[in-house]
Formats: sequence, C-alpha cells, structure tokens
Amino acid sequence: MNEALFPVAVFFAAIFTNNILLTNYLGMCSFLSVSKELETSAGLGIAVTFVMAITTALNWLVYRFILVPFSLEYLRFIVFIIVIAAFVQLIEMIIERYSEGLYFSLGIFLPLITVNCAILGASLFMVIREYDFITTFFFGLGSGLGWLLAILAMAGIRMRLKTAKIPKGLEGAGISLVIAGFMAMAFMGFSGMITI
Amino acid sequence: MLVTLLISVGIISLIAVFLALLMVIADATVGNYGEVKITINDRKELKVQGGQPLLKALNQEGVFIPSACGGRGSCGLCKVKVVQGGGNYLPTELPWISAEEKKNQVRLSCQFKVKNDIAIRIPEELFSVRQFTTKVETLRDLTHDIKEVRLKLIDPKKIEPRAGQFIQFQVPEYELTDEPVYRAYSMASVPSDSEHIELEVRLVPNGICTTYVHKHLKVGDTVMVNGPYGDFFLRDTDRDIICIAGGSGMAPIKSIVLDMAEHKSTRKVMYFFGARSARDLFLLDEMRALEKTMETFTFVPALSEPKPEDNWQGEVGLITDVVRRRVQNASESEAYLCGSPGMIDACMKVLKEIGVPTERTYYDKFS
Repeated sequence: MNEALFPVAVFFAAIFTNNILLTNYLGMCSFLSVSKELETSAGLGIAVTFVMAITTALNWLVYRFILVPFSLEYLRFIVFIIVIAAFVQLIEMIIERYSEGLYFSLGIFLPLITVNCAILGASLFMVIREYDFITTFFFGLGSGLGWLLAILAMAGIRMRLKTAKIPKGLEGAGISLVIAGFMAMAFMGFSGMITI
Repeated sequence: MLVTLLISVGIISLIAVFLALLMVIADATVGNYGEVKITINDRKELKVQGGQPLLKALNQEGVFIPSACGGRGSCGLCKVKVVQGGGNYLPTELPWISAEEKKNQVRLSCQFKVKNDIAIRIPEELFSVRQFTTKVETLRDLTHDIKEVRLKLIDPKKIEPRAGQFIQFQVPEYELTDEPVYRAYSMASVPSDSEHIELEVRLVPNGICTTYVHKHLKVGDTVMVNGPYGDFFLRDTDRDIICIAGGSGMAPIKSIVLDMAEHKSTRKVMYFFGARSARDLFLLDEMRALEKTMETFTFVPALSEPKPEDNWQGEVGLITDVVRRRVQNASESEAYLCGSPGMIDACMKVLKEIGVPTERTYYDKFS
C-alpha cells in the first residue's frame, strides 16, 4: 500500500473493519448504559471521539519521547491512564468555564469517559501496531467515530425496541447484549477488507 | 538494576507531578470562581467558595437540604428554588424537574453549581433542620407488629424538637432498595430528652423502611436521621385537649402528653387510643402510671374487635363512636389526631359534631 495513504486506510479501518467497540468489545459499559436516547448517545459519542483523538496523540508523544528513551515501556498502562484522566479533567474545567453550550452538550459526558476502556484501548493498540504520529492521530479519530457510529446505531435500535414486544426474560440488559452481538456479526462482514 | 528502578520511579513521579501541577494551576485559574454570595429567603446571606454544587455549599454553611443519594443526582430530592442567577438547566437535572417546577425555577441543588451570586428560597423550617448520626440504643417489641427504636444521638449530640414533630429516617442500601431512601417517623420521646430519639415503627408488608427496622436493624447499628420537621406540635394555649390516635399514631401523642406532664400543665387531656384487639394495645402501663401522676390526664383505650380471650373491660367500638360517647361538648377544646388517613377523616367529622372548630384540629396523617 502507498505509504502516504496508510493513515487514511487506518482511519476507515478503525471505523468499519476494526471497530473498537464491535470487534474488540471495548467501551461496553457506557455503550450499554447511555444508549437509551439518540441525543445523549450522540453527545457521548462526540465526546469520546474528541477525547480519543487527542489522548492517543498525546500518549504517542509521551510514549515516544519519555517512556521509550528511558526504556519504561512496561509502565505505559499506568502512564496512559493518568494522562487520560488529567486531560479529561482539564478539558472539563475549561469547557465548564468558557462555554455553557458546549458544556451542556459535551462537558457532562466527560467524567464518564475517564473510565472508558476504549480510550485506553486505542492508546495501547497504537503502541502494539507501531503507528507513527500521523497514523496514530487518524487511528484515534477513526476509533472514536467508529464508537460514535456503533452507539448511534444501538440507540436507534433501542428507541425502536421501546415499542416492541420483548420476551420477559430478555428485557433490559439481555436484549441489549444480544443486539450488540448481532451488530458485531454484521460488522464482521467488513473484516479482511483492510488490514491494519 | 537499582539505577533503572530509580529512573522508573523518578520518571513516573515527574509525570505525575507535572500533571498534578497542571491541575493545581487550572484549579486556581480556570476553576476559580472566587467568593460568591447566596441570599436565602431575602434575609440570610452566605459567602461561599464558587464553583461547587449548591447542596454542598449550603451544607458547609449549616443549612441542610434533605437528599437521599448524597449528591449523585439519582434521588431527585434536594430541590431548591433558585429565584435569581440560576441560568440554564443541566441535562442531569431535567429528569427530576416537572414542567410546573421549571416555571418556578426549581433546581436540583446537587447538580446546580454556584458560579455567581444567587438568591434562593427554602422552607423556613430547614434552618433548624440538621442531619444526625445516631446509634441504636434499644429495640423493643411493643406489639406483634410495632417496634420501638431508641436512638442515641452521636453527632450532633442534641436535638431540640417540639413535642409531636417528626424526623426522616435514612434506610441504607439493602435487599429492598438500591439506594438510600428516607421515611418520616414521628418522635415518641420527650423533647427534654434531647440526646435521644424514640420511634415507633409498625411493620408494613414489603415496606422498605419498616422491613429494614423489623428484620435488619440491630442494637449498636448506626442510623442517619434528619429533622425535626412538621407543624404537628403542641400549641401553647390554655385550652383543654382531645387526643386521638391509632396504632403507631401513639408516638407523637405520647411525646405531647409526656411533655405536658413534665411542665406540670393544668390543661385537661383526654387521650383516646384505638386498636383492634388486645394484642394491638401497648404502653398501657405507662399511660396508667401517667394518669396517676398527672391529675388532668385521662387515657381511654378502646378496642373495635375485642376477642373473647381478651377479657376486655374497657371501651368497645370504633374510636369515633367512643369519642362521641365520652365527650358531649368540646367547643373550647383543641384536638390532636394521629393515625391512618381513614381514621383521621372519620375523626374530623366527629370532632366537628362535638364542636371543635377545624382550625383548632391538628393532625398528622400517616400515608
């Protein structure tokens, strides 16, 4: 593949073929608990996209310029987590202070994101797959968008489910997990188109 | 080996210190809203650190807003009217706010953050309401389904209620509830015993609080309560008194009568206590003893369905009939009622017949 096009390929792969939620099953808890309404799902999805794109890039810099030179790669879990937590906190404070509109639509989801494993997952994948900085950024952005896509689809289905007749034993979490499984299978149809 | 170890510890510490420093700087600049003013009911002014939730800010200044979930925004109890400087509703408040409340600028105080000067309105009685940490001192079965709970106040150490008022009992998470809930119970203790709170709790099948008290609560357990609340208390007049209670409605009436005995009141008190059969009667000995020490006090227990084995010598019939039989003219009296809504409504009618005006009839309906 053309070197220059690789980041673009990774970007689309992260959305469709290697969707972080539906193929890696990461970020499941908020995916299940917040996907009841389309509007809140979109808010959370956008917040995840934003945070994922920036923290993966940030973590790439930390990894490349601090951890690798001192051969402290094994500490990446803990370092990535504190970088993510600090960044999310900081962004929340700034948004709350300066933009009420943005805070209402995005800011209130930020505390939820700190503990979202998809965010940490994206940072760890970019290390394992040895991406360069540009690719990492596109990978983070793509993964976030993929997560957004998945939660929007889930919210759409669950809004439709409100009026559907569901067998008693499957109500609530049961049917949500079954649907998540179906969606994952659908996305498996894309797999193998691009390798990243 | 040692050097690598030191380097790794050093690097981690450096990263942590750097991020912490960043947070501290942000906290002092971006997160610093300075000192803001909260005006309560147009008369009381508080100066608090801006940027924190209203619930917390008020709590720090000793104004207690009842809330069950502890500020997580999941119980919807800590509502406060913000009449000035409120701004827009947060998405986290909206599930708890009705259209009517929105019009009245009612906010969820655990979510609403104080960022500028605001004016709020709260019920006057909340100024004297406190949250108490207590320990269960004794538990006693009064009847087959009523338990007496005696709580010792730990922090704060004293409560100053008026005879007849109630407190809110916090039920912690247990098998019947996912989060703490509050239930109101009248205090049966004398106000002068300011270090204790006594409650009489009747077991209601599947009742969240009553099941907790009857099946789970043990001596020595910690219980959170807040109060005192309510406008059901002994009025300071010279009028004679008719008290009517049923079941655990005994609690506030007992407190009122004991309070009068302590103050050597010369007001005449007739206390009608209704129960189904002898096994539903309790505190008879205490009441009889009180009759001896307090000359103006008459206790009239009545059974509506006495069983043959009860050997009941006292009044028989519905409590309303008994009142009608024993009191002819009470136009100069006050009445205090406590019990189920059905009982109270029936008693109100009878009291009207025997001349007690509605405005001098005070009641505490259990729901």
